[in-house]
Amino acid sequence: MLDLGRIPCLGAALRDATISFKMRDALIEVDRHRESGRHTYAELRAAADQFTGALQAHGFKPGDRCAVLMQNQSKWIVGALGAMWAGAVLVPLDYKLTAPEQAALVAHAKPRVLLTEWPTWEKLALEPQTPFERVLVVVTEAPEGANLGRAVRFESLRGQAAVYCERAPADLACIVYSSGTGGTPKGCMLSHANYLAQAEVLGRMYPMKEGERYFSVLPTNHAIDFMCGFLIPLMMGATVVHQRTLRPAYLSATMQRYGITHMALVPTILKTLEGRIRDRLDELPKWQRLLIDNLIDLNNFATRREPNHKLSSRLLRPIHEQFGGKLKFVFCGGAFVERRSAEFFNSLGIPVAIGYGLTEAGTVLTVNDLKPFRGDSVGTPVPGVELELRDQNEAGVGEVWVRGPTIMQGYLDEPELTREAIVDGWLRTGDLGLLDAAGHLKLVGRARNMIVTEGGKNVYPEDIEAAFAGLEHCEEFSVFAANYLWPTGKLTDEQLLIVVRPKPGSSDQQVETLLAELRARNRRLADYKRLTGFVLWEREFTRTASQKIKRELLARDLRAQLDRASIRAL
Amino acid sequence: MADTVQTLINMAAKRFKADAAQLRPEDDMFERLGIGSFQAVELISDIEGEFDIELPDYELQGVKTFAALAQKIDKRR
Repeated sequence: MLDLGRIPCLGAALRDATISFKMRDALIEVDRHRESGRHTYAELRAAADQFTGALQAHGFKPGDRCAVLMQNQSKWIVGALGAMWAGAVLVPLDYKLTAPEQAALVAHAKPRVLLTEWPTWEKLALEPQTPFERVLVVVTEAPEGANLGRAVRFESLRGQAAVYCERAPADLACIVYSSGTGGTPKGCMLSHANYLAQAEVLGRMYPMKEGERYFSVLPTNHAIDFMCGFLIPLMMGATVVHQRTLRPAYLSATMQRYGITHMALVPTILKTLEGRIRDRLDELPKWQRLLIDNLIDLNNFATRREPNHKLSSRLLRPIHEQFGGKLKFVFCGGAFVERRSAEFFNSLGIPVAIGYGLTEAGTVLTVNDLKPFRGDSVGTPVPGVELELRDQNEAGVGEVWVRGPTIMQGYLDEPELTREAIVDGWLRTGDLGLLDAAGHLKLVGRARNMIVTEGGKNVYPEDIEAAFAGLEHCEEFSVFAANYLWPTGKLTDEQLLIVVRPKPGSSDQQVETLLAELRARNRRLADYKRLTGFVLWEREFTRTASQKIKRELLARDLRAQLDRASIRAL
Repeated sequence: MADTVQTLINMAAKRFKADAAQLRPEDDMFERLGIGSFQAVELISDIEGEFDIELPDYELQGVKTFAALAQKIDKRR
């Protein structure tokens, strides 16, 4: 049982773990088929202490910020832990962003230290260096003779004896960016108390045991893996396995070799795995397929009240063996999970717990407890979370507001955005939902103008508009989430569209030129940010005194005069 | 280079069940094949086998077109 009641900070909880579980494996790193590193808890402590000492030798003080920008690997954890023990506020950054986006977030977060890896730094070093001028850049795995520029090698860092710095529960633990790669960066400020409250609740609901193994596949900078693939397994004495490639062939081999017991996934990966299993099942001779279908039915019946891993893994051994035979739990969240996918895995005896959360609220607000499994909801609020549906319509659908110990302190340096997001201690999620008789939350749409991709990325139209500034023959434009303008009641196929008003008097030819340029610029955006359609609009946009477009008003006009059929493909 | 990109297009078409004749070097792979980055990673193993190189996952970052990926492949041959 995870009892964090008297623990003041994450650093303390994890330090205790390194003592309690000393000789157990804490981290395993795999590169392709080769194991490339392993740390026991005692070794993890020594390595992290070394980083703490090195930071302190460079004048790092409690409350200073340390950004981590790397793919999932042991050094992510070693570095984060070492920084925490030096009293750092961690700033986990997304390694999948482009170099200019990463540089912009560094400029916003103003870290004292940036821990990154060579392929990332190689690109960042080509960017304007202003954001990095006052930053100690530490780079892992740089090849011999590489030109590191202003950076120093992780491997050659030397320091003093580490001095462990404890933090108070209300102190800031992390700044996590929930969006803002084009518009205003939203850096969620989360305290140690926020994380400890969440870890304790999730650790009790889904305990991990010593010897169990979590496979860290989602980016560790993402709230889900940070909690489920770093804090919880290490606090509970389990092992975190990292793999340097996400290729399915290697994933499966690693799961088999290390007997992975737990994973967290986003819907897009769940669907890919589902596709692979379905393909395999389809290739089976008819009689075998029939046999498996019968076993699936039997498993469904036997586990209708709660999961029974032992039984399911025996009944459906060939399928379970593809996942190593020990996988007993998959957490899925970050974006809308299709019922069909979750039900498919559950029928195979691999329960998928669907949850719902926001970076602004730690990790998880609601989750399915699997007793029994349900694929049609995002579960019930976790202990400590109060949930209300406000402004409900006649069907009971309202905006989800939440309150509890995991809600962030606010957005970094954005008091106005914070006031909009947190009202009297309640966080407005911007999501529309309804509660069923069993208290399960179902999400049906968004009250905010935004989309969440299947990969769990939040995309706000404002973040994209800069890419279309100064289009020739364009008087004005605005980007919207299609579901925000014309709700479908579902959270699948979320799309972005642009409302364009050509300059008055433009010829058809000029409008075509405008659209061609729009398409060209759209193609240059990262795939998850791309617009899928456009709407031509003739009336002037209403603006505020400071010349900002009144989006609400425009949205209302669009809804009144047009419908979904007016969207033309881009 | 021209060979590399054509081989790449053929491999991608086979893996993601698309028509190779419809794919051009300058096409956006993700858009044309209707795949996300996680699925694109599946292609890397095929590439490594075919060209006998090692291509880390991060080489896919920021790559959009077949031509750009072909360049990365050629660099490592």
